[in-house]
Amino acid sequence: MFGIETLGGNAQAAALVGVVLVEAMVLYVGYGALTAALGPTVRKAIGGE
Amino acid sequence: MSAGMLALFVAFGVLIGVLFGFFGMGGSFLVTPALLVMGYPSRVAVGSGLAFVFGTSVIATLKHRDLGQVDYKLGISMIIGTTVGLEVGKEIVLYLEELGLAGNIISVTYVLLLGGIGLFVTYEALKGGNGGGVSHDVDGDADIDADDIPELAKKIQSYSLPPMITLRGGVKVSLWMILLVAFATGLLSGFLGVGGGFIRMPALFYLIGVPVPIAVGTDLFEIMFSGGIGSFLYAQSGGVDLSIVAPLLAGSALGARVGSAATSIVDEDEIKIYFGLMLLLGALAVAVRQAGNYLGMGVLDYVSLALILGSALMVSGAVLYSAVKSIRAPSAAGSSTAD
Repeated sequence: MFGIETLGGNAQAAALVGVVLVEAMVLYVGYGALTAALGPTVRKAIGGE
Repeated sequence: MSAGMLALFVAFGVLIGVLFGFFGMGGSFLVTPALLVMGYPSRVAVGSGLAFVFGTSVIATLKHRDLGQVDYKLGISMIIGTTVGLEVGKEIVLYLEELGLAGNIISVTYVLLLGGIGLFVTYEALKGGNGGGVSHDVDGDADIDADDIPELAKKIQSYSLPPMITLRGGVKVSLWMILLVAFATGLLSGFLGVGGGFIRMPALFYLIGVPVPIAVGTDLFEIMFSGGIGSFLYAQSGGVDLSIVAPLLAGSALGARVGSAATSIVDEDEIKIYFGLMLLLGALAVAVRQAGNYLGMGVLDYVSLALILGSALMVSGAVLYSAVKSIRAPSAAGSSTAD
């Protein structure tokens, strides 16, 4: 996945950990923005307002 | 990987994320047994479990970094002990894998650990105690009262084996005791593919006497490093499968947002007994799978997987149901806040 398999030993391991780190940070920022944008609307919808 | 499997991993990630976000612990150690039940080799199940723990803890640490709940001196000391423990734990798994015993021994350890913690949480929930998980949204600046330090921690603090270090909250303890606790929890992390937080956080409080809010924050910080190091060690031997970790993480990051938002509107005591039952069902699931292997009954693998997914679904569903109920109740909605 992402061409990581073409790397060797330690570089491949570091790249895998790096991909997980980047994904986590992107998800944190992305879902944070999504929560800020849609959170109040979802709450209102659930609350039946 | 098929679209069905991808959706399954994302959905499972959401369930785990809701649990982690709500209880502040406990979600990640369902991953490795689930992967074992699904037929992944022990090395991949443990390595991918650790990589998932790493990603989840990065997100949790980012969320908590401004709350002042991290003792960096303690965290770095823990990292040293944990790293050694992780390496030893990984070597044990690789050795057992060579002997063809890894799956069985990891599963039995899981049964004992999950079952033991499940019994403890259920017992505490039934008697109305405060065990079995704490919210991560706590005051990091709170100092510990001398009366709140557990007796065992007081005894351990009394051992003046130099070098002594002073931690946040005024706790003074031997560096060697910290390294010992870190080594033991690192060993479990490396062996079982878990962050070790559900053992380390109580260990920091009960054995070292660190105030709970700081124990929680430092634990998260430390899990980030131990998960990263553990992932790297397993990735070196091909144990991390991104096609498993990426969708799980995508789901859990979303679930954790929902779960942590629910903490402000749902009474945790209402849910705690479900959490204890989920751990017991998780232990049962691994035991059923082992029985299936022993008896040569493949159908028990599916029963086991259904138990794991069902128990996670039950508790996540209970959290979401209580959250929706609270939002819809005008009195509760008026005093609550969303994440």
